[in-house]
Amino acid sequence: MSMINYASREINCKLVYYGPGLGGKTTNLEHVYNKVAPGSRGKMISLATETERTLFFDFLPVDLGTIRGFKVKFHLYTVPGQVYYNASRKLILKGVDGVVFVADSQIERMDANIEAMQNLYENMTQHGYDLSKIPFAIQYNKRDLPNAAPIPELQAALNPGWPITDPVKQRPVPDPHHDAEFLVAQEDGHWVERAPYFEAVALTGDGVFDTLKGISKNVVKMLG
Amino acid sequence: MSGASSWSFREEDAKRIQVILSGFLGESNARTALIVDRTGQMVATVGEAPAFDPTAFASLTAADFSANDQLARMLGESEFGALFHQGERESMYLADIARRVILVVLFDNRTTLGLVKLRVKAAVVQLTQVFTDMFNRDGTSAPGVESEFLGEAEDEIDKLFGA
Repeated sequence: MSMINYASREINCKLVYYGPGLGGKTTNLEHVYNKVAPGSRGKMISLATETERTLFFDFLPVDLGTIRGFKVKFHLYTVPGQVYYNASRKLILKGVDGVVFVADSQIERMDANIEAMQNLYENMTQHGYDLSKIPFAIQYNKRDLPNAAPIPELQAALNPGWPITDPVKQRPVPDPHHDAEFLVAQEDGHWVERAPYFEAVALTGDGVFDTLKGISKNVVKMLG
Repeated sequence: MSGASSWSFREEDAKRIQVILSGFLGESNARTALIVDRTGQMVATVGEAPAFDPTAFASLTAADFSANDQLARMLGESEFGALFHQGERESMYLADIARRVILVVLFDNRTTLGLVKLRVKAAVVQLTQVFTDMFNRDGTSAPGVESEFLGEAEDEIDKLFGA
């Protein structure tokens, strides 16, 4: 968590939407902007090229209201997905409180997804952050397309999980969003934890708020 | 290290900063001084209340400073300690504080860049001390939020983003 401002009684949480180019990161923010009550959100800022590709970032502040005397705000950022914008992508991760990886479900975009995921891990490491220790969620977007890869295939490629060595945490944790699935489970004798995942069609808004709700609740938990 | 390093900003910090920046504004004739966290959050505003959206301003300031930091490195500099943006009537001067926050000074033609630069030096030294103390303190005694906070925050999230 970055900062609790006791002087102005504010808590700001930074959520970053990461992922390959044209995966739907900006579309997620646009949907939130259009659907959240105007009084609960600020101006959306897009630093984009003339062809509406994100050049630096999109930014949308969302106001959760006053809780126990603190004004709580979520600052939603997207990063540019195109590979050659890594310098600006890395800058946006500074001070991040939660990450949403927006994957493009189309089978043809699998390599781009994997490359973007590796890039996310690299950039987080360079900032000294550990993705397995901060709120992290994966959104499989474009589920409506006929060439969308099956979820198990996407999970195997993008969300294989990380090992849990702490014996206290070695217990099954059911995935609250998917029946009969687990966020923490024992596999081949090893305990593994996976990031929660959500299916979405950002263009129609399906799954956009489920993802945002999931990540923001996990971010708020870190404040306690 | 797990996530972003945390720090808290307290009432007494705000007062120390208020005193330093009020003094600086009086000496320099600048309009407003703002402190922005490098992650893009507004920390404090002193002087004339700005007419713009402070949240958006803070995120753009942090991005501006970070982008220039990278440009500095490409030139073989470790950083650009200060930046200046000149407008026809309104200008802004940005200075790094302790590598963690940015001091933004907004001024118009009632003063000059020379005077702002001259007076800002002492303010930067004092602010660096304040923020260094603050960062050294955190992690040891930062008070957390109340225990009921979590449940209420979850309710608000459900309300705002749909249950």
